[in-house]
Amino acid sequence: MGDKTMTAEEAVSRLHSGMTLGIGGWGSRRKPMALVRALLKTDVDDLTVVSYGGPDVGMLAAAGRIRTLVAAFVTLDSIPLEPHYRAARERGAFGLMEIDEAMFLWGLRAAAHRMPFLPVRAGTGSDVMRVNPGLRTVTSPYGDGETFVAMPALRLDAALVHVNRADRLGNGRYLGPDPYFDDLFCEAADTAYVSCERIVDTAELTGAAPPQSLLIRRHTVTGVVEAPGGAHFTSCAPDYGRDEAAQRGYARTPWPEFAAHYLGGDAPAYPPAAGEGA
Amino acid sequence: MTPATRAEHCVIACAEAWRDAGEVLASPMGLIPSVGARLARLTFSPDLLLTDGEALLVRPDGTVEGWLPYRAHLALVAGGRRHVMMGASQIDRFGNQNISCIGDWERPARQLLGVRGAPVNTLNNPTSYWVPRHSRRVFVEKVDLVCGVGYDRADGARYHRVVRVVSDLGVFDFATPDHTMRAVSLHPGVTPRQVREATSFDLAVPDGVPRTRPPTAEELRLIREVIDPGNTRAGEVAG
Repeated sequence: MGDKTMTAEEAVSRLHSGMTLGIGGWGSRRKPMALVRALLKTDVDDLTVVSYGGPDVGMLAAAGRIRTLVAAFVTLDSIPLEPHYRAARERGAFGLMEIDEAMFLWGLRAAAHRMPFLPVRAGTGSDVMRVNPGLRTVTSPYGDGETFVAMPALRLDAALVHVNRADRLGNGRYLGPDPYFDDLFCEAADTAYVSCERIVDTAELTGAAPPQSLLIRRHTVTGVVEAPGGAHFTSCAPDYGRDEAAQRGYARTPWPEFAAHYLGGDAPAYPPAAGEGA
Repeated sequence: MTPATRAEHCVIACAEAWRDAGEVLASPMGLIPSVGARLARLTFSPDLLLTDGEALLVRPDGTVEGWLPYRAHLALVAGGRRHVMMGASQIDRFGNQNISCIGDWERPARQLLGVRGAPVNTLNNPTSYWVPRHSRRVFVEKVDLVCGVGYDRADGARYHRVVRVVSDLGVFDFATPDHTMRAVSLHPGVTPRQVREATSFDLAVPDGVPRTRPPTAEELRLIREVIDPGNTRAGEVAG
């Protein structure tokens, strides 16, 4: 069994322009921000990004790395509208596959199950069909004859997720109240990079909490990155909550200024101390 | 006790959406709908389920009674045992709703939330809407992007039902022969003319449309002393 530990820089060095990239978490919750920051320091662009969007999407959109976004929303939760995403969208900076939250989930599930599509009772009647002219419907072959959206698989070249604990082999555990969909992102992807707050021995990983919280299984994982504070400024319960001051700072700072300060060659240590802002 | 405010009438109007809902999840979005859902749970709809806004099912006193992470929440939506009250940046006479963007979708003048779960909600479980500021900008002839599905586009959608729209001016539903919006009640002090002038489409306001009922003394006590002692509701609807 191989040791899969690597640095964030090594993980993102395996990503290429033009890839379809899934990003775990939800809104401004347990986003793999250390991996996103590392990605922003590379030249990788032209990405198709698949995300329950938060500041991960805001940053990549602002930096011009996204060719097409697949999303149902982009939000900072406590700040409902993601300002950098919003600005990029209003200047027509990238393409958008705007789909419903359930369609998104069924798309990941189809990819994880190696299905070309899965039927979902969502989307018909709405303008999701108008703005995605490639979407097709499928009619039940049974007596009910109901028509559904045939949600195409959202197969990913790579996935980035962040969890609370992992071992060196790629087994991972969430400790907060919600797993979000990080396991599905890994299962839907050809390669998956898992960052975690702390790498622990397998016995400690599996012994400390109920087995139901062993979300990530190593056969779906390519690389493991130890990144304390690696979800900052998004929440990573119970290790830490969202850094609201830092998030407000991000939301209020023009992108070039933010990027120069936090992503430049002489960027200060990250994450900043609580209350220091971002 | 001082008489009920406009915000408190709105709370009652929202709470009434969950009357007789049974043992289903109440999913209020927005402050006044949240107060309304908890009021309904504490009074006439005690079997309602409520969340903490994240992954836990909680009783009104905060006691955790279950687990509902997003993946389970989406399964619950598909199962239909839920009544959601969403916001609406735009809503039209058939109940089509938009929370995604204003203007041309290709390059919006104003990017808003995105479609979120509006399509799956409206095709699977009863849906209501809350509009804290009733205006012609919200109640439009045609929404810019259909997120929540209205009656004219729901043909064959077997579980589609838009129950009501509550605004700071009144309560509305679609119980007309062609499923267009009509006034069910107006809040005290609101005139039919005022509502028509704040609505872009031709809104049916029946003669003798009743007033929204005031809260009972016990409901008023629960709102003011138990559920929202900080009076945050007044920040969403003045008066």
